[in-house]
Amino acid sequence: MPDLIQRQGALDRFAAAPRNIPAAALSVLPDSARLSFRGRPSAIDAAGAAFGVALPRDACRFAVKRGRTAFWLGPDEWLLQSEGEDPATLFADMSGKLAGQSCSLVDVSHRSQAFALSGPQAAYVLNHGCPLDLSLATFPVGMCTRTIYAKATIMLSRPASDIFHIDAWRSFAPYVWQLLDEARSELA
Amino acid sequence: MLLITCPHCGPRAELEFAYAGEAHIARPTDPMALDDESWARFLYHRANPKGLHAERWRHLHGCAQFFNVVRDTVSDSIVTTYPAGQPRPALPGDDKGATR
Amino acid sequence: MSGFRHSTAGRVDRNKPVRFSFDGKTYQGFAGDTLASALLANGVHLVGRSFKYHRPRGIVTAGSDEPNALVGIGADEAHYAPNMRATQVEIYDGLVAESQNRWPSLGFDVGAVNETFAPFLSAGFYYKTFMWPPKAWAKLYEPLIRRAAGLGRAPTQADADRYTQVYAHCDVLVVGSGPAGLAAALAAATTGGKVFVCDEQSEMGGSLLAETTATIDGLSARDWVARALADLAARPNVTLMPRTTAFGWYPHNFLGLCERITDHMAKADPKLPRERLWQIRAKEVVLATGALERPLVFPDNDRPGVMMAEAARIYANRFGVKPGDKAVIFTACDSAYRAALDLMAAGVAIATIADLRAAPCGPWIDRVRSAGIAIRAGTVVTGTTGRLRIDSVSLATVGIDGNPGSSENIACDLLLMSGGFTPSVHLFSQSRGKLVYDEALQAYLPGISVERERSAGACRGIYDLDKVLSNGAASGTGAAKAAGFAAADTITFSTTADSVGTDGFIGVTPFGGPSSKARAWIDFQNDVTAKDVRLAIREGFRSIEHVKRYTTTGMATDQGKTSNMNALGLVSETLKVPVPQVGLTTFRPPYTPTTFGIFAGQSRGDMFDPLRKTPIHDWAAEQGAAFEDISLWKRAHYFPKRGEDIHAAVARECKATRGAVGIFDASTLGKIEVVGKDAAEFMNRMYTNAWTKLEPGRLRYGVMLREDGFVMDDGVVGRMATDRFHITTTTGGAPRVLSMMEDYLQTEWPGLDVWLTSTTEEWAVIAVQGPLARKVLEPLVEGIDLSREAMPHMSVREGRICGVPTRLFRVSFTGELGFEVNVPAGYGRAVWEAIFAAGQPHGMTPYGTETMHVLRAEKGFIIVGQETDGTVTPDDAGLGWAIGKAKKDFVGKRSLARPAMTASDRKQLVGLLTVDSKTVLEEGAQIVADPAQPIPMTMIGHVTSSYWSATLDRSIALALVRGGRARVGTRLSVPMPSGPITVEVVEPIFYDAKGARLDA
Ligand SMILES: [Zn+2]
Repeated sequence: MPDLIQRQGALDRFAAAPRNIPAAALSVLPDSARLSFRGRPSAIDAAGAAFGVALPRDACRFAVKRGRTAFWLGPDEWLLQSEGEDPATLFADMSGKLAGQSCSLVDVSHRSQAFALSGPQAAYVLNHGCPLDLSLATFPVGMCTRTIYAKATIMLSRPASDIFHIDAWRSFAPYVWQLLDEARSELA
Repeated sequence: MLLITCPHCGPRAELEFAYAGEAHIARPTDPMALDDESWARFLYHRANPKGLHAERWRHLHGCAQFFNVVRDTVSDSIVTTYPAGQPRPALPGDDKGATR
Repeated sequence: MSGFRHSTAGRVDRNKPVRFSFDGKTYQGFAGDTLASALLANGVHLVGRSFKYHRPRGIVTAGSDEPNALVGIGADEAHYAPNMRATQVEIYDGLVAESQNRWPSLGFDVGAVNETFAPFLSAGFYYKTFMWPPKAWAKLYEPLIRRAAGLGRAPTQADADRYTQVYAHCDVLVVGSGPAGLAAALAAATTGGKVFVCDEQSEMGGSLLAETTATIDGLSARDWVARALADLAARPNVTLMPRTTAFGWYPHNFLGLCERITDHMAKADPKLPRERLWQIRAKEVVLATGALERPLVFPDNDRPGVMMAEAARIYANRFGVKPGDKAVIFTACDSAYRAALDLMAAGVAIATIADLRAAPCGPWIDRVRSAGIAIRAGTVVTGTTGRLRIDSVSLATVGIDGNPGSSENIACDLLLMSGGFTPSVHLFSQSRGKLVYDEALQAYLPGISVERERSAGACRGIYDLDKVLSNGAASGTGAAKAAGFAAADTITFSTTADSVGTDGFIGVTPFGGPSSKARAWIDFQNDVTAKDVRLAIREGFRSIEHVKRYTTTGMATDQGKTSNMNALGLVSETLKVPVPQVGLTTFRPPYTPTTFGIFAGQSRGDMFDPLRKTPIHDWAAEQGAAFEDISLWKRAHYFPKRGEDIHAAVARECKATRGAVGIFDASTLGKIEVVGKDAAEFMNRMYTNAWTKLEPGRLRYGVMLREDGFVMDDGVVGRMATDRFHITTTTGGAPRVLSMMEDYLQTEWPGLDVWLTSTTEEWAVIAVQGPLARKVLEPLVEGIDLSREAMPHMSVREGRICGVPTRLFRVSFTGELGFEVNVPAGYGRAVWEAIFAAGQPHGMTPYGTETMHVLRAEKGFIIVGQETDGTVTPDDAGLGWAIGKAKKDFVGKRSLARPAMTASDRKQLVGLLTVDSKTVLEEGAQIVADPAQPIPMTMIGHVTSSYWSATLDRSIALALVRGGRARVGTRLSVPMPSGPITVEVVEPIFYDAKGARLDA
């Protein structure tokens, strides 16, 4: 029985055959284990130690180490992401190490769907629904934030100058993807 | 569209925020000790000033934090923003500043 | 010269002829023409009929201020756009344009009969008509007004074009690319700041594009423009945006710009949007929006062939078009003299210049005089003639008494007028900057800026070219500096250009006094005459805001660009109060009419809102489910089998669930994880219930109030560990519940060690309900004992199902033995299918929200938002049992103690059974005690839920009724159009009152 159950992504239907528009390419990102960490300042270092990536103290920044990423989302909130890892394992490991700390750890691995928008016109396309100033001066590489795309909340991060990662709750992901896909039509 | 400076994230478009009413109205610590009149005042009475107004906003589509804003209701200009829990700062021309 | 086109002059491309049609007739123009210039080149002046009187109207201006030449553009309905200004429409091969507001033809229009009714259509006719008897209104006046009112027509098909919306940021936004704008852009660009320059026209350069004599830095004005644009275009920090109208200023330096991308193309690349909305946040803005020439108000000033002098100059100089053969010029300022010379050079005979001023003098007047043009000082136009085109003008000299003397008739086919210039302060006014009246200029000018803005050049009353350029450059430098970019050195310009001064006139020219029957148009587009404005004042209107609304002057789509100042001048003169005391109406966005398309953008059809689907949605769709919208979610409403309607399907689903087992997608339920050592304390404060003693592994139904004591949300809560709760909320309530919880936590109780995380979309939720539910699930579950003893009603266990992790709730919203299987969303569909397959031997039936509603109503379970409406207390809803009486405080507790909240006649939840069991009440129907009472009846409640219960083979309903619990056993009435329906008041539970089935 267990072998029969496959994890389904929220964008499987779109990911199969995305349009080839190199100026602003859309691609689905691999599944990750994702934990929402919230807690008192006293727990932050412990969480970083447990996760293996020190949680960024600077607002709207993420830190990466060996496939694990810690995203600052709020003054007491980080998203901890580990690519390709089993969420239950990560959760159990982190929970154990954080026992007794003033904090909360919640498995949100399936809550959202991540995808990438990359290419020289990625920022222009993103600005069709996202009101942020995406110039490198105000949204540098290494920045992350929750924001909006049209009528959906997204988490936006910039791992490279021409690459943006977008993380949207499952039921919003097709909406954001389709709008971006429509917006980049003029670059086809 | 207003440009609101979140105390944590910096200036962001109004679209990322949700308005949350007048600031500095603390919930009474023992509501049952209040008479009906005082409780009604807490629940329903709000200032509606022409000029500087201390109000709460939440960076809903951002860091998710509630914070305070002093906005001029005439010009819509925002004079200052500060984290929830801090007193209304003393500002020139604002007789309500630094009172609580 | 051929026809009305000069053989060389202007900027049109004579190597690219363009064919277009207007009212079915084909014409030829050149690339670079507007529809207006091309029509004029073909001798066509008559382009439309007026709004109210259907008067023949011609082209008046050469820009976005055009009041008359509104046309419909588009070869088919899906691409049709009404009310386009011919002065802004660029022609292309195959363009199809039509005039508006005429029938059957532009030359012969039946609607012109309105002219005969003119006395009835005077100022305020709408308001006066509304006061006439209602019958006359419906039969007589409404059809008349409907036929007369409105400009253009809406297309009959959906817009086939794409529109996009983009946010952008810059350091300096320059609006307008005339001399002031270009100088500002050059100055700002050298600082390295990010500069955007937009202009509504296809070519940048503004007034300089029609300039033939002035020079800048030794270059002709046009060459200087070309050099400046090349300089700007070469800079990576500068974006030039032609065909882009800055139409609106919104708070905090946020501007809306409409870029027209494909309207001027014969064959547009289908990838391109028709228009793009730029939503620009600019650190600093330089407004270089120029000034608009003012018409003069005199009798019959609206005939085709009456045109602004500066517009005629633009047609001659920029488009190489001769707008007529023989012109009379009526002016109050020097610029018309400059126009006279340019038009003479273009081959137009200038019959005479009538100057309102008693003694015009200066270099331009001298130049005109030496060119042999007759100048008549102190002279006015007292009338014009010509049916579809002007053919003569009567002129008279103004005497010492201020009244004109006897008239002289002069034949002409063109009458050019100039009352001076009105600065375009629209965007400044929208930015909430205060306007200040300048007596000398007779104009409102920008005062102190409220936003980070600078006005430069003609839009702040600076007209001389050298001053415009230096003012523009200083504004550009200043704006860049304020945005954080220092200028290397100041830019200077050397110019040769003669000043045209600042003279002008506002109001109505003296053509024979207020008693004159003559009609002199103030507002061409809304057909408002000086007489209408005077009537409004006689009827007591004093404020310009009132005069505006009463006469509708300035209220047309051009927002009175050409009319406002003259209306103001007339009111000022009539009331004998200075202009500033009359006031000025507020300018509002958009500056020019803007398509609905760019405001809608991509929010069309299925992309209008996020269309949220659960992980199980596609399975339901494949099964042929009908869906309903619940907030943004699509939920399976029912699963019809072949030939079934909703009633048959729901009856079958209900019976199957009660008789065997049903399966239901509950994934949309809101979910919040509450974690921390103070989690139970937080729950105690947020919910009415007590949580401290709830053991891990148990569930409780929780009720949440707002601080005002009314029910806000409800849901089942599981205690996963001492410091961890799994909350469920209603589908629609999830965001506001989380927001309210965060609010209390962050701002009232920051000391609590507890944190909230939304898990709504982490979990897919599969409800398995019915007497056979346990049998279906048992073989699929690992590590959980589902037996009645090990896992009683209202408990939760963690383990695995179908090999994936689950939080398995034993809970029932149907009244049957039930489970809710929570699995990570990505496994939702696979687990659902596995359960469904395992359920087939047991007759498992999928059911939708309608069946869910019926089953819960049979049990008397409320739905927040259906049984509650924001005015219902827990006690009203029969939930008094859920209030933790021993708790000192919780959100809403104090409000429950207010006198009105405990009154005995509050509306309380009851059940209703129709005496005729086959009658199903309408939800929302009102309830009365006695249906025989006179109307209006005293309404004592309303039906909140009503269904056909297949299980009970009769109708059931829930209702909120005043003092309802005391009425149980009595009869009430539900009055309906078909007659009153008698109902019996019962307890709000219809099925298994003891609850034996869910404990099974
Ligand atoms: Zn923030």
